[in-house]
Amino acid sequence: MSGPPLLELKQITKRFGTLVANRAVDFEVRAGEIHALLGENGAGKSTLMNVLYGLHRPDEGEIRMDGVPVEIESSRTAIRLGIGMVHQHFMLVPVMTVAENLVLGDEPRAGPLLDYRAAARRTRELSERFGLAVDPEARVQDLGVGAQQRVEILRALFHDAKVLVLDEPTAVLTAQEAQDLFGVLRTLKAEGTGIVFISHKLNEVLDVADRITVLRRGEKIDTVPAEGATERSLARLMVGRDVLLRVEKDEHPPGEPLLSVRGLSARDDRGLPAVRDVDFEVRAGEIVGLAGIDANGQSELIEAIMGLRRPDAGTVTVAGRDVTGAGPRRTLEAGVGHIAEDRHRRGLVLEFDLAENLALREYRAPPYSRHGFLHPRAMVAGARRLIDEFDVRGGEPETRAGSLSGGNQQKVVIARELDADPQVIIAAQPTRGLDVGAIEFVHRRLVEARDAGRAVLLVSLELEEIRSLSDRVLVMYEGQIVAELPPEASEEDFGMAMTGAAA
Amino acid sequence: MSDELPPDATVAAKLATYVRAGGVITPLITLLVAFLIGGLAVLITGHDPIATYKAIFNGTGLNWLFPWTSAQDRTIAALNLQQTLIVTTPLILTGLAVAFAFRCGLFNIGGQGQYVVGGIGAVWVGQAFAGMPSVLHITLAILTGVVFGAIWAGIAGLLKALAGTNEVISTIMLNWIAIWTGSYLFNLGGPLQNTNPAQKDVPVSNDVAASAKLPVFWGDPQLQGLHIGLFIALAALLVFWVLLNRTTLGFEVRAVGFNPDAAASSGISVARNYIVVMAICGAFAGLAGTLDVLGWQFRIAVNDIQINQLGFFGIAVALLGRNTAVGTFFSALLFGGLITGTSVRNLDPNVFEPALATNLTYIIQGLVVLLVSTDVLVIWLWQLRRRRRTVPA
Repeated sequence: MSGPPLLELKQITKRFGTLVANRAVDFEVRAGEIHALLGENGAGKSTLMNVLYGLHRPDEGEIRMDGVPVEIESSRTAIRLGIGMVHQHFMLVPVMTVAENLVLGDEPRAGPLLDYRAAARRTRELSERFGLAVDPEARVQDLGVGAQQRVEILRALFHDAKVLVLDEPTAVLTAQEAQDLFGVLRTLKAEGTGIVFISHKLNEVLDVADRITVLRRGEKIDTVPAEGATERSLARLMVGRDVLLRVEKDEHPPGEPLLSVRGLSARDDRGLPAVRDVDFEVRAGEIVGLAGIDANGQSELIEAIMGLRRPDAGTVTVAGRDVTGAGPRRTLEAGVGHIAEDRHRRGLVLEFDLAENLALREYRAPPYSRHGFLHPRAMVAGARRLIDEFDVRGGEPETRAGSLSGGNQQKVVIARELDADPQVIIAAQPTRGLDVGAIEFVHRRLVEARDAGRAVLLVSLELEEIRSLSDRVLVMYEGQIVAELPPEASEEDFGMAMTGAAA
Repeated sequence: MSDELPPDATVAAKLATYVRAGGVITPLITLLVAFLIGGLAVLITGHDPIATYKAIFNGTGLNWLFPWTSAQDRTIAALNLQQTLIVTTPLILTGLAVAFAFRCGLFNIGGQGQYVVGGIGAVWVGQAFAGMPSVLHITLAILTGVVFGAIWAGIAGLLKALAGTNEVISTIMLNWIAIWTGSYLFNLGGPLQNTNPAQKDVPVSNDVAASAKLPVFWGDPQLQGLHIGLFIALAALLVFWVLLNRTTLGFEVRAVGFNPDAAASSGISVARNYIVVMAICGAFAGLAGTLDVLGWQFRIAVNDIQINQLGFFGIAVALLGRNTAVGTFFSALLFGGLITGTSVRNLDPNVFEPALATNLTYIIQGLVVLLVSTDVLVIWLWQLRRRRRTVPA
C-alpha cells in the first residue's frame, strides 16, 4: 500500500437548503480494497456517492484521483476518470442484448453500423476475465436480477472503471445471489479494483469489506477495519448508542386463543391454489412466527385472514368472532391490527398527510368525525399524540406521509394499528427496508404487545427475525404449514422445512 | 426518493404529485402555451392575434368589471357578461362532475350524457304540472334532473364496481345512449315531442311551464338575462369542497383515489365508493343540464342534443382547474368567457370571423386537455429541474 490512495474525498460538505447532507466527510479507497460505507437511511451515503459521481456538486471539499485533485462536473467526467457506479435501480435497456447494453454510448463501429461481433467479443473477454458469467447474446429483459446486476458491473468495467461504487447492491438479491456477488467483488479486488460497498446491513458488510466507514447524520463517525469489528460495535457507531440486536423477553405461558384459522384455503390472483388447508391458532401473550421463502402463500394467507381475499374454504375466528369472508372492515373491528407487508401499497396513503394516515382506521368515529363530518382539529391532535408516543421523526401532522423515511413511515403504520388496541396483531414483514434503530423499535413494540396479552402473528422472510421474536414458529411451504418448530431449532431444520424437504 | 411514484399509481395519485410539483404555476403556463399556439393559428389565417384576443375579451363582457369602461360600452358589456355567466354555470357543474371522479381515481368522460339526461328529466317535469307553485315546481324539476344524472353515471359506477368495467369506456358509451335516446324522445312522433299543433313538424319538446323557470336576477328575462342557476352552481362548488375535505365520505373518496389498496386494507369499500362517486358526479352534470333547461333554454330540440359540447368542456375545465373547487370556478369562467367571446353574437366580425373564432375556442380547449392530461411538458421540465437538486435519500 504505497503511494496515494486510488480515490480520496476530502472534507466534503454538501447542503440542501438548510439541511446538511454531508458535513466535512473524509473517505478514501485504495486499489484492491473493498471499503464499505455504512449508515442508516438518510445518513448521507447516497449523497456522498452522488457527489463522487458528479450528480451533485459539493459545497466544500476536494476529490482526488491518484493524489491529483479533480473536478467532477458530471457522470461523464466520473466515467472518464474511471469511476463506475452500479445503482440500486438498474440503468439498462431491457430490449437490448447484454453486449449492446455494454457498449451503449461508446459503440465499436463497422462503418456507420454497430460492430456487433466486436461488442460481443469484448463482453465475453470481460466476463471471462472477471468471472462474471453472462451470455452476451441474451436480452436483458430475460435475465434475472442477479444477472442484470452483473451486466451493470460489466458495463462499469467496460469503461475501465478503477473504482466501482455499488449502492445497496444486495437489496434486490436473494441470499445465494448475494453470495455470488461477493465472490465477484473478491475477484475484482484481486484484480486491483477499488470497491465502495454501500449498505446498511451489518452482517454483509462484515462479510465482504476490508474497511468500514460509518456515517451518521451526514458526518463521518469513524473508519474501522472489518477485522475485529462486530455487529454490535458497528450498530453502536451507526446509531450512536447501544442497540439491542437480540430482543429480550420474559417467559410466560400463553392464554386463550385469540386468532384461530381452520382449514383455510385460498387462491392467488391467477386463480391457482395458494393457501391449502391451513390450520393454526395464536393465543393471547404469544408471538407466532410464520417462516417461509417468499411467495409460498404467506401474502395470500394474510389477505384471506384480513378479508381482503375470499377464501375457498375454512374459517377465521378473531377473539371468538367468526370473521370468515366478512371483509376488511369487520375483521379490523373484530380486533385485528394489521401491519401490512407493503407499507406503500397497503399500509399508507402516501399522498395523505400523517394526520389523515393516522386516522385511516378510526376516521368514522368520534372524535375524528361526528355525523359524517370530519373534525380535522381532532385528527391533528390525535396525530400529534401518536407522533409523540411512537417517536415518528421528520414529520408534523400536516406532513405528507410520502416524504418520511421508511422507518418513520413504518412507525406511522404501527402507531395507527396499535393505537386501536387490537387483540390480534398481524405483522407482515414489519422491518423490511428498515435500519437497525427502527428495527429495534418495531421489535420492542411487538414484544410489548405480546407481554400485554395480545396475540401476535409475525410473518417474515428474515429467519433471524422470526427466531429472535417468536415463541413458536410455523413454516409455510407451497401454501401449507409443513412444520412447527421451536425458535431454538437449528438453521438446518428450518432450511429443510422451508424448502419442503422435511415432509 | 419517496417522491417517486409506484408504477401502478392511480391517475389521481399521479395528478396529485404533478399538482404539488407545479402548484398554480403549471396551469397558468399550460394556458399561456395554449393561447400562444391559438394566437399562431390566428396569425396563419392572416389576422392580428392581439386584436383578436382583445375583441374576444370584450365579447365576454368581462370589461364590465373595469371602472374605465364607458357607460355605453358598459351596457353592452353587461349583456355579454350575462351570457358568459350563463355558460359558466353549467361548465362549473360539468367540471365538478369530472373533478369529483378524478379525486376518486376515476375518469368520468360521461359528463355529456349525464348533462343530457339531466336536461331531459328537467324538461319532462318542467313542461308538466303547469300551475304548480313555482318553488315546488322548480325543486321537483331540479331533483328529477339531478337524480336522472346520478342514475346515469351510477350505471358506470355499478359496472365498474361489480364487473370491473373500465369507466372510460362505459361512460363514453352511455354518452351515445343518452344522446340518441334524447334525439328519439324529442324527434317527430317521439314521446316527448311538443304537443303544439303549430309546431308539429319541429323536433323540439314543449316549453317548460312559467312556474318551472328560474328567476332572472340580472338583466331582462326577455333578453336572456342571468338566472339564479349561477348561485346554485356556486353552492355546488361549496358542496364539492365540503364533501371532499370535511366529510368521512370525502375522506374515503380521496383515500381510494390515491391508493385503493391501502383504502381497502383499512376497511373502506372501494366498490361502494366507485358507485357513490359516479352517482355524485352524475348529479353535478345532471344539475348542469337541468339549470340550462330551467334557466334559459326552456326546451330541448334534437339539434341541441346533437351539437351541445358543455359536458365535454367539463373535462378541460376540471383538468385546468386541477380538480379543486377554486380552480374549477376559474377555469369554468375562462371557458365560459371563451365560448361566449368567440360566439357569432359577441365577436366583432371586422376583427375576426366568429366562425373561425369558435374553432379557436376548440383549439384552446383541445390544447389544454392535451397539455394537462398527457404528461405535460411543463411538468416534465419542472421535474427535471427538481431532479438536479434532489434532496438526499
